[in-house]
Amino acid sequence: MPEYEAVIGLEVHVELRTRSKAFCNCPNVFGSEPNTNVCPICLGLPGVLPVLNQAVLEYAVRTGLALNCEIASFSKFDRKNYFYPDLPKNYQISQYDLPLCRNGYLDLEVNGVRRRIGITRVHMEEDAGKLIHGEGEKADYSLVDTNRSGVPLLEIVTEPDLRSPEEARAFLEKLKAILQYIDVSDCKMEEGSLRCDANISVRPSGTDILNPKTEIKNMNSFRAVYRALGAEMERQCAIWGAGDRVVRETRAWNEAEGTTVAMRTKEEASDYRYFPDPDLVPIVIGRDFVVRIREELPELPEARRQRFIKEYGLPSYDAGVLTSSRPLADFYEACVSAYRDPKTVSNWVMGEFLRLLKVFDLEVTETRLTPSHLVEMLELLKEGTISGKIAKAVFEEMFQTGKRAREIIEAKGLIQISDEEELGRVVDEVLAAHPGVVTDYRNGKEKALAFLVGQVMKATRGKANPQTVNRIIKEKIQ
Amino acid sequence: MELFQLTAHELAEMLKKNEISAEEITRSVFERIHAVEDQVRAYVTVTEEAAYQKARGIDGEKREGKGAGPLAGIPAGLKDNFCTRGVRTTCSSRMLENFVPPYSATVVEKLAAAGAVFTGKLNMDEFAMGSSTETSAFFQTRNPWNLDCVPGGSSGGAAAAVAAGEAVYALGSDTGGSIRQPASFCGIVGLKPTYGLVSRFGLVAFASSLDQIGPLTKDVRDCALVLNAIAGHDPLDSTSVPGPVPDYTSYLASDIKGVKVGVPREFFGEGLDPGVKEVVQAAVNQLAQLGAVVEECSFPHAEYALPCYYIIAPAEASSNLARYDGVRYGFRATPEKGGNYDLLEMYMRTRSEGFGPEVKRRIMLGTYALSSGYYDAYYLKALKLRTLIKQDFNRLFDQFDVVVSPTSPTPPFRFGEKAGNPLVMYLSDVYTIPVNLAGIPALSLPCGFVEGLPVGLQIMAPAFGEGTLLKVAHAFEQSKPYHLARPRLKGEAAEKGLAHAREMSRGGK
Ligand SMILES: [Zn+2]
Repeated sequence: MPEYEAVIGLEVHVELRTRSKAFCNCPNVFGSEPNTNVCPICLGLPGVLPVLNQAVLEYAVRTGLALNCEIASFSKFDRKNYFYPDLPKNYQISQYDLPLCRNGYLDLEVNGVRRRIGITRVHMEEDAGKLIHGEGEKADYSLVDTNRSGVPLLEIVTEPDLRSPEEARAFLEKLKAILQYIDVSDCKMEEGSLRCDANISVRPSGTDILNPKTEIKNMNSFRAVYRALGAEMERQCAIWGAGDRVVRETRAWNEAEGTTVAMRTKEEASDYRYFPDPDLVPIVIGRDFVVRIREELPELPEARRQRFIKEYGLPSYDAGVLTSSRPLADFYEACVSAYRDPKTVSNWVMGEFLRLLKVFDLEVTETRLTPSHLVEMLELLKEGTISGKIAKAVFEEMFQTGKRAREIIEAKGLIQISDEEELGRVVDEVLAAHPGVVTDYRNGKEKALAFLVGQVMKATRGKANPQTVNRIIKEKIQ
Repeated sequence: MELFQLTAHELAEMLKKNEISAEEITRSVFERIHAVEDQVRAYVTVTEEAAYQKARGIDGEKREGKGAGPLAGIPAGLKDNFCTRGVRTTCSSRMLENFVPPYSATVVEKLAAAGAVFTGKLNMDEFAMGSSTETSAFFQTRNPWNLDCVPGGSSGGAAAAVAAGEAVYALGSDTGGSIRQPASFCGIVGLKPTYGLVSRFGLVAFASSLDQIGPLTKDVRDCALVLNAIAGHDPLDSTSVPGPVPDYTSYLASDIKGVKVGVPREFFGEGLDPGVKEVVQAAVNQLAQLGAVVEECSFPHAEYALPCYYIIAPAEASSNLARYDGVRYGFRATPEKGGNYDLLEMYMRTRSEGFGPEVKRRIMLGTYALSSGYYDAYYLKALKLRTLIKQDFNRLFDQFDVVVSPTSPTPPFRFGEKAGNPLVMYLSDVYTIPVNLAGIPALSLPCGFVEGLPVGLQIMAPAFGEGTLLKVAHAFEQSKPYHLARPRLKGEAAEKGLAHAREMSRGGK
């Protein structure tokens, strides 16, 4: 059986976090009571007209530039006509033959291999509403929530340049980081502000055969994308391996089963009857507008990673992790500007901080821990007020409560005992209690020393400075 | 003369001199409605109570010495495709029979701010599709000049109401001639402004790239006054053009010596009623008498305007009317008893039962023209033709200040005469349609009669040439006052008319 490789293209929908919707003044916020962020325009009531929110255009251009796209000087909106109860006008305002941005790319590095993934197009469109289906088997109704209709979306379409589920996941992670860096979306897959469909086909590695592809929908996390593509790749390989043919179809990811399943598809091909939206004037984009937005673009993840390596002397891996999200990189830099030991800060941010974010399922911006919390703790650690072990406990409490390190260690009496006289007394007690171990040590058993230090730490509930204890024991036994 | 027979500017003058009150004018118009409405049947909804309230408010403001504009206190009717807050807006369709918008069209807001007293909502062809007001789902409006004849369409209710004195003026919408053709049939002045001069916000869309709102008035001065009130940029309509708007009445005084008038021979050829031709020729001669330089010219792509229009307008309509699906508002088909339709069936039944045949015909035409495989052959080709038609006009306006033609190839026709044959009916708009495709302004004004029925002269100008149109039209009107003729209606039907008006006012609030 030949080795197979995947041919994957992604269609990513990103909700823009503009203040108001794409074509009216309704607030663009998530999680409101159903049908409260609506007006006649986003409801498509008779007679009303859409007017483009200029912020949408600006965000779209920003995105196009960050993805190395050409920005069209002339663009327009088209109507994509189809009937669906969550689509108030029964057409969606979108872009068809003249998208705002095209021919971009994103460079990826997966398992040490650098690859350039083409971005076919980035276009603007409006989101639809949401259907809430009646509960239970007998429920014969569906409710329509139109809060989301008219929310601005970008559709980002890649070339079929991705060759494995790993690359697809890496692409999405990088895309998300960029979109967050340029502040156009919060990219929350669970809230639907980042959605992804994937086209996948397989072929014998190294060939350029184009086999029938399937489109996978309903993936609601990067992990799901990765797993769904893996499962679908396996399925298609098995079909080809058995001498059968893969059929072109739309499939849904079933998270629980870990498989993709064929979706009910219509017999006829979709015909959206696209035509230019006569209610919206064509978009003419001046070069100076594009230049201004390009100048305002923030440092992007790749550039920041390079700078972290150069400026802070961090290993490439650390720099990659720390710059994977803008809030994390901002957090790191805020710490380093006050505590100039980049590697120590990196260890804490990449270690305890990321660990706790994961444990509590929080975003960087959602924590009560600020850079100044970490800096203060690192200073206490450095001056020996607390031990490394206690520092971890303090860090976790700071993370959970938002209290300052000094406040925590004072309240709990966690200040490290460095007082030699006090430690000497504890050492004396430990030595007296374990004469056998003392003898072992004198007879050259190095391990015995560690046991004795441990006993002192235990007696002081971890507050003793281990280096000092070590030295005192040695002095007393000699 | 009774108050309802006067023009807005005449009434405004009397109001200014305190010879009458707004309430008296309003009463005169509603008494007229009650007297003749059962003959004319122009109104879908009468808003009498609100009108009196507004009129009294205007009178109150006047007593307090507040300055009132030239339209303050003057009763005006609205075609029933303008959204009116709290007053049902039906588009003369079952689909929207009970639709009460929570907002008003920008033009309605503007007129309200100018002190207009709204009399109600006027009958029309369903969703503005038609040339005779016969496609209204509710009833037929009759031509006040001959009750056996159609008033034209689709602003037939608006034109008939103004001609019959049931409103001092009215607003209509014009997609392919829907203001000018009924104005011509009813012997009044109708103006389709430049595309983008008047906001379309709140006008229930038929074909968005062609629709434009304009006045139907008794004379040219009223037309200028109403245009003053409704023109101008609207941030709610991105196709409305920014920039200052002139005072259109300032164009009315000047004479037309030396004005260059083009007469395209293609508009005087086959299909033109000989009587209409004679009247319009006489009107053109009259312009020459007034000092205009009249010259024959050519409009080579004229014959393509109609087919081009009947691709573009239905294409846009098929999309604009997709929102009427029974899900959120308006009509929804329901099964006989207790049962449920599934989604597809609900959509199909709602649209089958809610729309009339002409609307369905155009939705199907448009859907077909836009569908993949036919798009290039029809829609794209129509867009190219549209460009050629624009170029024809550009060439003409390099040479001429205005271009004139008959408004309609025939005088008002009888009910049913063309209703059975859509293609014949579509020819009613053959002279008006090119104007919409090019987005330029055009005005129809009374220029004579054929067998007692009015004939209109269409005057076309380059984009934003409304001033020139009004100037030429005003000069003609002053020299040949056909606009002063009034149709004679039977006055004895007051009782029945009242009943009809009451019945129609149930929808209002
Ligand atoms: Zn809205």
